[in-house]
Amino acid sequence: MAPQRKLDLDPEVVRTARRLAARAAEPIIEMARTHTTVSVERALLRLAGLSGADGEGRPWANHLADAVRDQVGLEHGVALPVWDALARGPYGSLAHLAREAARGRVKFRLPAGSDAATATDAARKAARSGITRIDRRRAERDRMLRDTGDPAQPWIYLIVATGDIYEDIPQAQAAAREGADVVAVIRSTGQSLLDFVPEGPTREGYAGTYATQDNFRLMRAALDDVSRELGRYVRLTNYASGLCMPEIATLAGLERLDMMLNDCMYGIIFRDINPRRTFVDQRFSRQIHARAGIVINTGEDNYLTTADAVDAAHTVVASQLLNERFGHEAGLTDAQLGLGHAFEINPAVPQSFRLELAHAQLVRELFPDAPLKYMPPTKHMTGNIFAGYLLDAFFNLAGVMTGQSIILIGMMTEGIHTPWLSDRDLALENVRYVRDACGGLADDFVPRPDGFVAQRARQVLGETVELLDKVAGDGMLTAIAEGTFGVTRRPADGGKGLDGVVERAPGYLNPAIEILDAEDPHGARPGAHAEQEVPA
Amino acid sequence: MTVESPLGNTEAPAEPADTRQVIRPYGDTTGDGMVQMSFSLPVPAGKRAEAAALQLAAKMGLEPASVVHAKPMGPDFTFFIVYGRVGHLIDYASIPAPPEREYPLLAAPEVNRAIRRALGRRLVIVGACIGTDAHTVGIDAILNVKGFAGEKGLEYYGEIEVVNMGAQVTVAELVERAKAADADAVLVSQVVTQKNAHLHNTKQMAAAFHAEYPTAVAAGMGRPLLVVGGPRFDTVAPEDLGVDRIFGKGTTPAEVASYLVHALLPADALAPDPADGPTATPDDAHNATRTDAQPDDPAEGDTAP
Repeated sequence: MAPQRKLDLDPEVVRTARRLAARAAEPIIEMARTHTTVSVERALLRLAGLSGADGEGRPWANHLADAVRDQVGLEHGVALPVWDALARGPYGSLAHLAREAARGRVKFRLPAGSDAATATDAARKAARSGITRIDRRRAERDRMLRDTGDPAQPWIYLIVATGDIYEDIPQAQAAAREGADVVAVIRSTGQSLLDFVPEGPTREGYAGTYATQDNFRLMRAALDDVSRELGRYVRLTNYASGLCMPEIATLAGLERLDMMLNDCMYGIIFRDINPRRTFVDQRFSRQIHARAGIVINTGEDNYLTTADAVDAAHTVVASQLLNERFGHEAGLTDAQLGLGHAFEINPAVPQSFRLELAHAQLVRELFPDAPLKYMPPTKHMTGNIFAGYLLDAFFNLAGVMTGQSIILIGMMTEGIHTPWLSDRDLALENVRYVRDACGGLADDFVPRPDGFVAQRARQVLGETVELLDKVAGDGMLTAIAEGTFGVTRRPADGGKGLDGVVERAPGYLNPAIEILDAEDPHGARPGAHAEQEVPA
Repeated sequence: MTVESPLGNTEAPAEPADTRQVIRPYGDTTGDGMVQMSFSLPVPAGKRAEAAALQLAAKMGLEPASVVHAKPMGPDFTFFIVYGRVGHLIDYASIPAPPEREYPLLAAPEVNRAIRRALGRRLVIVGACIGTDAHTVGIDAILNVKGFAGEKGLEYYGEIEVVNMGAQVTVAELVERAKAADADAVLVSQVVTQKNAHLHNTKQMAAAFHAEYPTAVAAGMGRPLLVVGGPRFDTVAPEDLGVDRIFGKGTTPAEVASYLVHALLPADALAPDPADGPTATPDDAHNATRTDAQPDDPAEGDTAP
């Protein structure tokens, strides 16, 4: 059911907001098109099938990319030196080449002439085979959605995070049986700051489980089993964020993950990852997600954990518009834009619930076709689990009243520990009650014209336009450096990972990017259509 | 002072017997000993599961107990809510008041206000992992906005300027940066402890700062405050290493921020100031709360990331 217009927003103001977001995003997109990063290059190697790690857990993709970088630099990309070395032999495979390179036994060069043409052809073939694998996984998802059934929205989104993939699996299956439509496996603390993707099935993590290709595969297979058992496709979510965003996006595409956290500014603001690194990595990640049919989840809810949810409401909407623009540019459809927002107003604020309704309805109307992800209260969960249970019920109520698409289930033990089995069960009981009691309430909920909710929504939209005007004028990097989003100041040359950013030289080759830039990511899929471009 | 009692007794009245020194949980009657608890057992729901729940309650000292709610959670688990009476007595008088930290734990708005008032500028801290230690998890937990244990890191404090130099910083680089930034405090994290590297590195760092500021009187008086943190410092005292403070495992950003205020600002920085009013500035209105279990990053993650 398409959400109806209820707030009487001025369409001209909405168009202005989108135009300003496009203007602000343009220089960033241009930067992403003219730079590469160590992780973008490693993602190509992973797409070409390179996996595994040495005895100390350092991935062969890192060894190979580092060896190329040390000898010839990355400004031309790894593709030419790597596939040139392969062509010259005597290496039987990419993995063999990587092992030899790690031992310092490979001499890389930038090939010219017919050698360059040979290397280019081979690299293109390798990239094509990876993209084809991603396409097959997408087709497989489409088939499973048809065969097992696609649950109706709002989807119930639940988190597991034991640190041990073999413990996560039964918990995720139990969560699915109890009603979860989406299972997210939280990553181990600090993984976003690792400049490599850990390998193998992992059994130890801190407050989460490492994102690895094996863990992805094991969990997806377990959820496939339970999807068939339940007659409902259970989606799997992980995090394409941090220093290895492009590689994790690639692994997600290869292992048929369904949704990925992928925010344009989260890593910059909350993890102090360099802004340029983030934006370059992000564009590649989003192109892969678009191709893989993965829904991204953006992280605007996080701003409200640092900034005040009333005062900063417009920063959430501004960021959503920016995420939308970056997403469209990378080929994501509206149906792949799981824009985030949150129920985080201090319950001590008078009329806090009406303010929440205004914000949630505003986002719903600005992005009618996006699978919005609505996040439960965290900041004002106090340890009083009984009060927390009530607050979560109000959150669930706001979700059904405003037609949210993906509802993350709030835990009454939020902030105390990672959810216990019983915490999840109680949380699901809470949301089931609200859904059963008033699942269709969005049909009846029409805020009074010019009433409190409508006026508040218009006010937030107005502030959003003012903010985007400033961001477009100053430039996004300046705005981020000044602490516009989430309070923190992040200068363009600060933070982690800047040394992994390289400006592309003339003749730069990355055959994965060639394919992603040139082809419609949704190909001949039924119902696929190009997104409407917004003029900058 | 003496009080005339109606009986003409001129002695001070006896204290009423302090029955609260020996206590039990309170449901609705003094001494009833009633408690509630909830838990799950890894067995299918049913009469046998309830008997198991009651046996657990009895072993925990609940007598009598009653299962007021038992709910299956899938085929293999049952959730219980149990009420019961505990017979245990607590001798409250014998419980020593826990030692207090020598400084009050402050919420972020209080820290910001104290800095504004006492310094009239932002407090500058420089943080790093020194030596070969590449584990930034400790310093990031204290400094990154993301924070730790539901608390935002020091970057989130409007009145604290954080320079986070990251990992594998040399002592010379750290000293140079601290001087250039005119740091009020230097925070060093040491996680790797092979061959006592954490102790050697810390001593080397402290010695370098003392050499760089030969005329310093004390921390904050001619040199920056030197703070080190890590999981394996429990056998040493700050003076052994030449630093001003050691923080151990589980330290939260608010504890560090509160210590910085205590160590670097005059005591009256915390006095109530009517001019400031009861509320903080908007930028720090809500940061004293406990939690954001944002994934990923989380916990990771990044739900995030």
